[in-house]
Amino acid sequence: MATIQERISQLCPSATFEEGENLLVNVPDGDWHALAKNLKEDSELNYDLLSAVVGMDWKDSLGCIYYFTRTSDWSMLTVKVATTDRENPMLHSISDLWGVANFQEREVYDFYGIKFINHPDMRRMFLRNDWVGFPLRKDYDANPELNPIRLNDEINEDDTYSIVEKEDGSLVKEDKKIFGADEYVVNIGPQHPSTHGVMRFRTSVDGEYVKKVDVVSGYIHRGIEKLCEGYTYPQTLHFPDRMDYMSAHQNRHCLCMCIEKALGIEVPRRAQVIRVMMDELMRISSHLLSYGCTTMDMGATTAFFYGFREREMVLDIFEKTCGARMSMHYNVIGGVVKDLHPDFVKDVKALCAIMPERLKEYHKLYTGNIIAQKRMKGVGVLDKESAINYCVTGPSGRASGFSCDCRKKHPYSIYSELDFEEVVDKDAHGDSFTRYLLRLKEIEQSVKILEQLVDNIPDGDICAKVPKIVKLPVGRWYQQVEASRGIFGVYIESDGDKKPYRMHFQSPCFNLVGVMDKCCVGYMIADLITIGATLDFVIPDIDR
Amino acid sequence: MYKYNFGTLTTMFDQWLESLMPSWAATTIECVIIGVALLLVYACLAIFYILYERKLCAWFQCRLGPNRVGPWGLLQVFADMFKILIKELISLKDTDKFLFALAPYLIIIASMLVFSNLPWANGLQIVDFNIGVFFMIAASSIGVLGILLAGWSSNNKYTLIGAMRSGAQMISYELSIGLSIMTMVVLAGTMNVSGFVAGQEQGWFLFRGHIPAIIAFIIYLIAATAETNRGPFDLPEAEHELTAGYHTEYSGIHFGFFYLAEYLNLFIVSGIATLVFLGGWMPFHIPGWDGFNAIMDYIPSVIWFLGKAFFISFVIIWFKWTFPRVRIDQMLALEWKYLMPIGMFNLILMTLIVTFGLHF
Repeated sequence: MATIQERISQLCPSATFEEGENLLVNVPDGDWHALAKNLKEDSELNYDLLSAVVGMDWKDSLGCIYYFTRTSDWSMLTVKVATTDRENPMLHSISDLWGVANFQEREVYDFYGIKFINHPDMRRMFLRNDWVGFPLRKDYDANPELNPIRLNDEINEDDTYSIVEKEDGSLVKEDKKIFGADEYVVNIGPQHPSTHGVMRFRTSVDGEYVKKVDVVSGYIHRGIEKLCEGYTYPQTLHFPDRMDYMSAHQNRHCLCMCIEKALGIEVPRRAQVIRVMMDELMRISSHLLSYGCTTMDMGATTAFFYGFREREMVLDIFEKTCGARMSMHYNVIGGVVKDLHPDFVKDVKALCAIMPERLKEYHKLYTGNIIAQKRMKGVGVLDKESAINYCVTGPSGRASGFSCDCRKKHPYSIYSELDFEEVVDKDAHGDSFTRYLLRLKEIEQSVKILEQLVDNIPDGDICAKVPKIVKLPVGRWYQQVEASRGIFGVYIESDGDKKPYRMHFQSPCFNLVGVMDKCCVGYMIADLITIGATLDFVIPDIDR
Repeated sequence: MYKYNFGTLTTMFDQWLESLMPSWAATTIECVIIGVALLLVYACLAIFYILYERKLCAWFQCRLGPNRVGPWGLLQVFADMFKILIKELISLKDTDKFLFALAPYLIIIASMLVFSNLPWANGLQIVDFNIGVFFMIAASSIGVLGILLAGWSSNNKYTLIGAMRSGAQMISYELSIGLSIMTMVVLAGTMNVSGFVAGQEQGWFLFRGHIPAIIAFIIYLIAATAETNRGPFDLPEAEHELTAGYHTEYSGIHFGFFYLAEYLNLFIVSGIATLVFLGGWMPFHIPGWDGFNAIMDYIPSVIWFLGKAFFISFVIIWFKWTFPRVRIDQMLALEWKYLMPIGMFNLILMTLIVTFGLHF
């Protein structure tokens, strides 16, 4: 770590450092863009993956925390950039270096009002353009008279602007148009059978060919991060289940781990095993849903039902143990909330026994179908470089050859003891077919993990001793897990209170939807649906 | 020779009417009765087909299908149709009102016109003129006009894309249907519907025409699936891309017309396939096996016709519930690069076989 610190101070003398979970670099905004370029391109630093962008309000200053990852050894670096100007805060954009920063910075702008210099498209991401104030600022006025429920249409959606820095250092506001006046723009969504939720793609088409996709989201944004700031830590646990509801266990596991890490709680072995088994069951259920939805979006309704038939078995297991089929609320700080149902072992064994033959059936019904292959092969290609640049993780990233399984890279819980393979497409096809197939292969790996654990669930406590009132010490923590759709991250900043000062959820789907424009251009409308289905984003995860 | 000639029944009825009133009045009454009967059969068949498809697709998908309304879910479709009937016809701003209202009728008229030409049973056929098969192909093409109008007049981008897809699709696949039927016309030597059926007394054309007939049959099945806008060729209404394609903006019975016509068109293409390849109402005959043929003749001809049509519909439904949807460029490539050239060579092959008498 010392060498990295030396190298950074060599490249950017104005940087100051803080020790912590990982090295934190304080950079003044003026030097930020140059340092970011070095972070990415310098051979000693080479932090090529931008894992998270967290907007922050420290009351006296506004700013961002950036989490960078080096994909060669998967070590992380934190960078803090801040500005004391609360009236017109501005930071330099790094969206020209990392594609993923484009949407992430728009989100920060939306909630903190920080404008990013040289950002190509400075619109709000989730809220309406006529929203008054920036809700995640600590001095936000939540008076409903300022922001009544508006019944009029949002106007001038085609207009955007960017703040461009000229060579002499002056800033100029440049107006831009998203779509030209003579473009044929088709609205796909917000109510549409194949957007898998309330998501809207404004798609400019030339005949059937897609020319540009503009992602408009925020229709079901619930302000979870804002809500969390008003709840105690045990209360915040209810939210991750409601983001990517197909990764409910993993997401909640992540938040629990982050809090446990801050409190220094050791989770009992039995709870660890149960958590991992639930995570893998959730992954199977999610990938089965993805199989079903992909096939159905391409018109094969029957295959959909086959996928759902097996998913039902997983949901029954959840129902018996957790009491719910969705939003299970099973993990708690220190362990799990309730012991396993007596049928659990039997049911999991039945599932593991049946899956291999059912997977064969899926392949027979759908994978081998000539129409399915023609529809998916070579469609929506995402190369490895773009996958890293846009932080596309999970099965979609691995289909592009980007080895990014958090269970292998940052082993958490008991994953380091387990024998399973990270499924990565060696040839880095990155097309829809590879993404589709990779999920089915991951089901095999999850079954393998379950088979290893199902006979070896140790006896013992299901939950560690946790103080009645959970208060985190002052500090910041970042925890990642491998959710069904990619790396899910939780950022907590605490000021020592029983409520978080700031809680940020880094959702994989937000990055997935960010590559829609990149993947879809040049393909057809029907391909846009296929690409969306194989990228497999879940809307509540985007609209947190 | 065949049992149950329905022709005697209709002739008796005609003679009885003629004895009561002048000939023009008798003809008028007969026309009205036939019209009403056609509409009734049309509605009943549509209802049967909706239930047929729902039950079949449920079984393909490991489900039970409708089973709550009436025994075995039999009344479900009636309930659905009743609901459609009482629903409001929503009229939209900035649509072409006249064309918008006209489109569903064009579609239903097109399918009625073809429907009325089918040979239902021995002696049970409404019109039988010398270019019957040609007339069916021609009349079925009117349907595409209805779809184009529906898509255009709705003033909606989804419907327009759906209509353009549909136009391209139907015009393309009509060629293949035409070519495959023409192949069989060469074998039959007539375009007359009853002539077609009579020609298959010594064995259905599918078997008599052997290789070219089987090729033509396969091409016809593919093209007919495309012609009826059914999966895997359901691009015009691709619900996952265009929500409901050309009929997105329709409600109530206007939508009901599209819905009924879709199912009836399924029956119609199956009926034409039955007529052209599988002998219409002609029972299954094997030349020389007189005893067997006589037993086959005991099964009423109307059951033969409907049974064969339902079987072909089953195959087409099976397609739909198995295959994913093709993409527009793939669909056009399939037609223009494969089906049509094969169909043309097949026509030549059939002509040669008929010229040299190589068929059975």
